[in-house]
Amino acid sequence: MSAASAMADGKSTQDPSRASVFARRLFANRSFAIGAALVGMVVVLALLAPAIAPYDPLKGNFRARMEAPGLAHWMGTDHFGRDILSRVLYGARVSLQIGFLVTLITAATGVCIGAMAGYFRRLDGPIMRLMDAFMAFPSIILAIAISSVLGASVVNVIIALSIASTPHTARVVRASVLVVREMEYVEAARALGAGHARILVRHVLANSMAPLVVRMTYVFAVAILNEAVLSFIGVGPPPPTPTFGAIIANGRDFIVAAPWITIAPGLAILVSVLGLNLLGDGLRDLLDPRMKVATR
Amino acid sequence: MGRFVVRRLLASIPVLFLVSLITFGLLWLVPGDPASVFLDASASAADLDRVRHELGLDRPFLLRMGEWYLRLFQGDLGTSLLLDRSVTSAILERLPVTLSLTALAFLFSVAIGVAAGTLAAVRHGTAADQGLMAMALLGLSIPEFWLGLVLIWLVAVLLPIFPVGDYVPFAKSPLQWARHIALPTFTLACVQMGFIARMTRSSMLEVLSQDFVRTARAKGLPEPYIVIRHGLVNAMVPIVTVMGIMVGALLGGAVVTEQVFSIPGMGRLVIGAVLARDFPVIQGGLLFLALIYLTVNFVVDLLYAVIDPRVRLG
Repeated sequence: MSAASAMADGKSTQDPSRASVFARRLFANRSFAIGAALVGMVVVLALLAPAIAPYDPLKGNFRARMEAPGLAHWMGTDHFGRDILSRVLYGARVSLQIGFLVTLITAATGVCIGAMAGYFRRLDGPIMRLMDAFMAFPSIILAIAISSVLGASVVNVIIALSIASTPHTARVVRASVLVVREMEYVEAARALGAGHARILVRHVLANSMAPLVVRMTYVFAVAILNEAVLSFIGVGPPPPTPTFGAIIANGRDFIVAAPWITIAPGLAILVSVLGLNLLGDGLRDLLDPRMKVATR
Repeated sequence: MGRFVVRRLLASIPVLFLVSLITFGLLWLVPGDPASVFLDASASAADLDRVRHELGLDRPFLLRMGEWYLRLFQGDLGTSLLLDRSVTSAILERLPVTLSLTALAFLFSVAIGVAAGTLAAVRHGTAADQGLMAMALLGLSIPEFWLGLVLIWLVAVLLPIFPVGDYVPFAKSPLQWARHIALPTFTLACVQMGFIARMTRSSMLEVLSQDFVRTARAKGLPEPYIVIRHGLVNAMVPIVTVMGIMVGALLGGAVVTEQVFSIPGMGRLVIGAVLARDFPVIQGGLLFLALIYLTVNFVVDLLYAVIDPRVRLG
């Protein structure tokens, strides 16, 4: 579509300006701007963790056990005397990595499965029944069961969470493929002799991306929440790996004596997930097909 | 309507079959020998053989699957490795606790969520709308198990009227039960409340901009009547569908919430099994939760067909 409009305008450098117009519209959206700021902050802090963390996140200090937040330890220490701020910063690295990889894998599997179901009518029934069956299990319980059966490790947590979030993503992709499949330009491509693979990738998928992009921000948010649950239950990455959920699980037994152990990582989850949800809301407002037509 | 029910029942057979197949296939995912995963390294060869026999690993795969289905049709989910008792009876014993927690949280989140969403839609664009939606978004973003822990802390410190732990069943003392179930219910309902409020608002906004609402206003009908009779009733159609899906999230949340508040429901059974790798209980728990979800969604689809004739004729 961009090639066609570029030709019509007689300009060859259409795309960069389109991108910058879109970026300006994105940041004019308040949800997106706040969401981007929150997520950006969490990502930067996680990336900088080795440089800014005041202590070793794994090393205990028996002289400073369960210290309340203060000048030496801004977020206090846990029952081993480990610095909570450092653990939260390093935990953000692990939790964000898991969330990011789950999002990538879910996007890949969801697009493959959803596109097959939506494009090939014969496959639609069987594939979607299988997805329905997976969705019958509460996704968090499915993830807990898979993670427990596979054995606790970062990789297995990623596999478990990806399996749990794929069916719904496939359904979202399928729904938009079903609509795009019937468009006239797809018929035109078919009339021109384009093969299934070309039609599916170049025409159908390229035009069904908007709902997927929005869905991905929510998948990321849910992956962070669910990873925390897995770690909290005890089927997440094995200790002493700091993840948000693992720190909360550590603090659970001291919730009255040392609430800061539990509160700090929970707030970190809240900020990350809130940011991603805001980002998703902003993208949805801008990518909504009805608004897209009105502003194009 | 009868034809719709029959069609819907037939359509659920392949899904039920696949659900049972996924549950059965879970044991496949275990790397290595499931028996040695359940027992620790010091287990004797005889112990290993016993567990292998209990899990059916000493029999050919297809035979084992046939046996599994045969027992399944008789309501027998096998024997727990850890508790040494029937999985079905262990689950049925704890099911009422989980179901009552889920049902209460469902009612609570729908009541508050629909009210908040409607109010936000009616006051569209005002500070009330923005405040309510900010709260809904916050609710959606809170990890529920963490909210539970924070509530336990706040209650323990500030107002110790809600006891934590030592769950009392409803049959024993309704008042004590209510005190025990209040915090878990609120914890569980929080996320779904935000979800329903956002759904209701967008659905209501769409309906309230329809021509028939303008006509109703032009006729001079009172605004509250328009909002409820013309707005909410029509806006409920998509919300009812979402409620079915919400039950899955609530059941999953209930399992985790039970863990936080030490409530002896199905969640604690399943999580205990997960930690001990007690495979028959994990499988049975998954199957039960999926069955509840499918049953609720069957009912939701029937409701949907009652509300909207297009569904049952289409």
